[in-house]
Amino acid sequence: MERLLKKPFGVPVNMRRAYGEALTALGQSRPNVVVLSADVSNSDHSFMFEARFPERFVNVGIAEQALVDVAVGFARCGFVPIANTFAFLFATRALEQVRTHLAYGRANVKLAGAYAGLSDSFDGPTHQSINDLAVMRSLPNMTVVAPADPVALDALLPQMCDMDGPVFFRLCRNEVPVVFDQSYRPMLGRAMLLREGGDLTLIACGVMVAPALEAAESLAAQGIQARVVEMHTLKPLDTEMIARCAEETGALVTVEEHSIIGGLGGAVAEALAAARPAPLERVGIRDQFTESGPYPDLLRKYGLAAPDIVQAAQTALRRKEDGRR
Amino acid sequence: MSNNITPATVYPYGPRHTPEMIADLSRRAFEYRLQVLDMVYERQSGHLGGSFSVAEILTALYFHHLRVNPQDPAWPERDRLLFSKGHACPMLYTVLAHRGFFPVEELKTFRALDSRLQGHPEPQKTPGVEIPAGPLGHGVAIACGMALAAVMKKAAYRVFVVLGDGELNAGVIWEGALIAAKYRLDAIKVILDCNGVQQTGSTAAVMPTEPLADKWKAFGWHVLECHGHNVAQVLDALDAADELHGRPAVIIAHTTKGKGVSFMENDPVWHGTPPNAEQYRAARAELLEGANRWSVC
Repeated sequence: MERLLKKPFGVPVNMRRAYGEALTALGQSRPNVVVLSADVSNSDHSFMFEARFPERFVNVGIAEQALVDVAVGFARCGFVPIANTFAFLFATRALEQVRTHLAYGRANVKLAGAYAGLSDSFDGPTHQSINDLAVMRSLPNMTVVAPADPVALDALLPQMCDMDGPVFFRLCRNEVPVVFDQSYRPMLGRAMLLREGGDLTLIACGVMVAPALEAAESLAAQGIQARVVEMHTLKPLDTEMIARCAEETGALVTVEEHSIIGGLGGAVAEALAAARPAPLERVGIRDQFTESGPYPDLLRKYGLAAPDIVQAAQTALRRKEDGRR
Repeated sequence: MSNNITPATVYPYGPRHTPEMIADLSRRAFEYRLQVLDMVYERQSGHLGGSFSVAEILTALYFHHLRVNPQDPAWPERDRLLFSKGHACPMLYTVLAHRGFFPVEELKTFRALDSRLQGHPEPQKTPGVEIPAGPLGHGVAIACGMALAAVMKKAAYRVFVVLGDGELNAGVIWEGALIAAKYRLDAIKVILDCNGVQQTGSTAAVMPTEPLADKWKAFGWHVLECHGHNVAQVLDALDAADELHGRPAVIIAHTTKGKGVSFMENDPVWHGTPPNAEQYRAARAELLEGANRWSVC
C-alpha cells in the first residue's frame, strides 16, 4: 500500500485550482453536469468551469438558499448540478433546503463546500467551517466526502457525480501537499489503508491525512507502529474497517480539521460503541470558535498539527495499556 | 368516501372555455372541498383553509391547462406543477387522485401510518407530486432550475408554481424571483393564491406585502390578476400568461381562505384546525349547497 503514497509528499498544490481543473474535466466528459455558484466562483475556482462551459454555468447571486433550490430544479429535470459556495453556508444558511430537498427529497445534487475547516484562515470564524461534516452527516440519505489532496479529488469527483443521490464534499482553500501517487484508487464508502501498523490506528480525513502520515513517521521513530487509514467518505462510513482496526490495534486516534463533535471523531466513536469499544482520542477543534490568522499557525494553535497527533497517539496507547492491566 | 364524485372529465387544452366546462369545473371544485373536509375530519388533522382557497386554481390547472400524463407521471416533456404551499396538500392530493394519478380510495389514508399521502407532499411517495413542500418558499427558486434546464435542453414544458401569499414572507421567494427575471425564464408561471390570511392573522397584519402587483413588476415579472374562485377568470388568466414572453409571469389570484364554508372564511383559526362533529356537519351542508349551485346551471 506504500505505493499509494508519494514519498516524500509532492510539491504543494493549490486545492482551489485543482478543483477548478477537476470540475472542468468533469464538464468535458459529462454533458449533463451543470455548475451553480452563489457569486464566489473566483474564490472556489468554479470560474474555470464557467470559462469553458458558460452555457452550463449559473450564478444565482448571493443567495445560498436559492442556490440549493435552483440546483434541485436542475436535478429533477435530469441534470447533475454541482452547487458551489462556502462549506459553512451549505451547513447553516441553506440547511433547510439541503434537508428538505436533498436529504428528504433525494434530489441528485452535489454540494461543493469550499473553504472548509480553518482554511479561510484570515477571514476568521465567520467564514471557517468547523461543523459542516457533523451537520451533513446527521442527514439521512446524504453522502459526505472529504478528499485529501488533488489526486483524491480527481478520483472521487467523478464517483460523486455518477452516483445517484445527494453528496456534500468539502474542499480546502489553500495549498496542500500531494499525498497520493497515481496508483491511488479510492472507492466512495471504502476507507483506504495507507500505512500498516499494529500498535494503534490513526484515522484521518481531508487535509489532515498528510499530518497524520507525518505523525506516523515520528511515532515509528519512537518505536510505535501506527496504522494510518484515510476515511475520505464519512458517510456511508466504513464501519468494518473501524471495527477491524479496533480489533487489530486496540487503540485509535481520529484526525480532522473540524470540531471533535459529530464529524469523523464522532462517527468513529459511534461505530466503536456499536461494534467494538476501544480507547479513542479525537484530534480536532475542541468545541470552540477559532480566530483569524495564518493557516499553519491556526492549525498549530488549535491542536491540529503533527505533534498534536503524536501526543494523542501516545495518550491512546497509554489508555490501551492501562486497560490491559 | 361518502361523496358521489362525478367521473372526472379532462377538457383538452385550448382557448375555448364553454359554459358547460366552466360549470363542471366549478362544481367539481366544491366536490373536492367536500372530499378534503372528509379527509381532514377523519384524521382530525390537516389544513382546510388554504385547501379551500386553492380549489378552483388546482381544478382549472389539472383538468384543463396542464400537460401531464397520469399514466406516466415522470414523462420528461410534462408541465411541472410545483405546489409550494405544501400544507394545502389535501386539495392537491384530491385533484391528483381524480386526475388519475392514484386511486381516489387512497385519499382516506391521508396522514395515516403507512400512507403514500404524507402530511406534506413527498414526490417519492405520491405520484404526480413534483417536489417536497411544507417548509415555505421553495417553489420559485426550484422552478428556476427547472426552467433553466428546459432552456438548456430546448424543451417546451412550462413550470407552474402555486404559491400562498403568507409564503411571500420568506426571503428565498424573492431570491428566486430575481433569478427568474435575470434569466428571463418565461416558462415560469406563478399562480399566487392570495387569500389574505396566514397562520396567526391576516397577511396585512402579520407581514404587509402590498402593493403586491407593484412588487412583482419591480422584480421584473409580468403581472396578471384574477378572481381565484371564478373558474372562467382563472382559465383566461392562465391562457393570457402563456402569451406573455421574455419574462416570468405571476397571476395574482384573489381568493378567500376557507372558501365555501361561511364560518371558516377569512378566519385564521381554520388554517390548521380540524372541525369537530358539529362543525363538520355544518361545513358539509354548505359545501354541498355550493356544489349544487353549479349543478343546476
